[in-house]
Amino acid sequence: MKPVPRYLQHSPPVDAVGITERVARFKTRSIKAATKVSGLKLALSMLDLTTLEGKDSPGKVRQLCRKAITPDPADPSLPHVGAVCVYPTMVATAHKALKGSGVHLASVATSFPSGLGTLAARLEEIRYAVGEGADEIDMVISRGRFLAGEFNYVFDEIAACKEACGTAHLKVILETGELHTYDNVRRASDLAMEAGADFIKTSTGKMAPAATPEVTLVMLQAIQDYHERTGRMIGMKPAGGIRDAKTALSYLVMVREVLGPDWLNPDWFRFGASTLANDILMQLAKQRTGHYASPDYFSND
Amino acid sequence: MNERLPVLKTYKLFIGGKFPRTESGRARALKGKAGRLIANVSLASRKDFRNAVVAARAAFPGWSGATAYLRGQILYRAAEMLEGRAAQFADELNAQGTPPARARREVADAIDLLVHYAGWTDKFPALFSTVNPVASAHFNFSVPEPTGIVAVIAPPAPGLLGFIAAIAPVIAGGNTAVALASPDFPLSAISLAEVLHDSDLPGGVVNILTGDLAELLPHLSTHMDVNGIAAHGQSDETHRLLRENAALNIKRLALHPATNLSGDPYKILAFQETKTTWHPTHLR
Repeated sequence: MKPVPRYLQHSPPVDAVGITERVARFKTRSIKAATKVSGLKLALSMLDLTTLEGKDSPGKVRQLCRKAITPDPADPSLPHVGAVCVYPTMVATAHKALKGSGVHLASVATSFPSGLGTLAARLEEIRYAVGEGADEIDMVISRGRFLAGEFNYVFDEIAACKEACGTAHLKVILETGELHTYDNVRRASDLAMEAGADFIKTSTGKMAPAATPEVTLVMLQAIQDYHERTGRMIGMKPAGGIRDAKTALSYLVMVREVLGPDWLNPDWFRFGASTLANDILMQLAKQRTGHYASPDYFSND
Repeated sequence: MNERLPVLKTYKLFIGGKFPRTESGRARALKGKAGRLIANVSLASRKDFRNAVVAARAAFPGWSGATAYLRGQILYRAAEMLEGRAAQFADELNAQGTPPARARREVADAIDLLVHYAGWTDKFPALFSTVNPVASAHFNFSVPEPTGIVAVIAPPAPGLLGFIAAIAPVIAGGNTAVALASPDFPLSAISLAEVLHDSDLPGGVVNILTGDLAELLPHLSTHMDVNGIAAHGQSDETHRLLRENAALNIKRLALHPATNLSGDPYKILAFQETKTTWHPTHLR
């Protein structure tokens, strides 16, 4: 067996039972009234509004961008979302639609979602997306290599991607659903941060299980340890499977209690989601109007 | 030897094909003759209602898209199950205050009424569809389609017959329902849920709450995802509130007196929308 590289010497084993117990307690926090409204607005501002389908069209991307800038036309006081996340060939369309709005533009790249293209092609994809106007890149790691113990390969690929990004922020997708154990998630998180990730992200959203509170907690703890050791802040993005506002609020509670208030803003925490947006908007409408809302009155994308 | 302790039924709610307790954790003691405790009944909250609407919305595409024939089969199956458990339902009605002979007759009438509506599912569309004469080269026809989610308020009495008279026309027409049981006969409604559950009725097509109408009414009538309200045997005051709040998202309203329990295809029509299609005829 190969020796564990130096940059993984700080990866402790994860206490799975402890993680489960702690997550169960996060879910019991009750958030009401004014706190709930401000929490929902914060969650909205942290959304990476995502469309990653083979049938994506420029029209759909433009519609998504309008929604990103003005999530609910009935309530202009709401903040815009954190970013729009699209495939590289849709970046130019989104860039034009988002110009001057303050909404960031993220693109998945590096042979998303499998990551099984050649490294040269994957790096070229990053440079293409950045050239088209993306200021955030969501890359996928080679999970097969990682599981085979080729940590150095994964480290080098992340470092190469970071270099290809230039000034764009790099989010590293671990695809935790394929890593199987919390120990692997912890190792992959540590590895990604050491290799230069600005954000670590749970999932592609293309497979189940995607983001779970448990896996997110493991990654938040890795970020916390890394910050204590190096002083560098790393962002976190759970993606996929977060569909309702209540779940989103419990994630915010988790971030607040593990990493503290410094991370509670869109620069350091994001939700990768598409259906979550409408549920947040419906909850906010409920708080504003006093009656339960219907999806019939909110745009699908 | 000690006398055996009877195992008493816990009457819970019926939401999305499951029997959850109310999220509020509240219960109400249902008293029978001479103030004797019959059962503790769940006191549903507005959040239970909200959850029921979510379940009803999820069930709507499947139920409204099912063939009329299948909907009829499932309702007929429910009638079969009810027939097999007629004695239990009669006893339950009796415990809630209906005299034995009347209770037996009511159960029989309830079963017959369910069969009546089961028969209508594949017939009412023909009755309410039209071919419309138009002044162009089009074949123009109108067909009924279900409205969506209907909140049903069962009449105070009779307990079983009234509940079935309230929900059957709504679901026979392909709508999904969130029904509020009579405060005096909650047990019959929840036991009927077991029958529906056993009848291949998809979860969420009928959701049953037991609770306080005055508490739930503001939420039931303002919920933007509820498309219609069928209220049976309610006061003028309640009707006024329903009319006012239904205007929010233009809910369809059907306000019936408690005595109007007969089988009637026009009660199905009350929660149908008319879709008109213009189909080009051949070119000359």
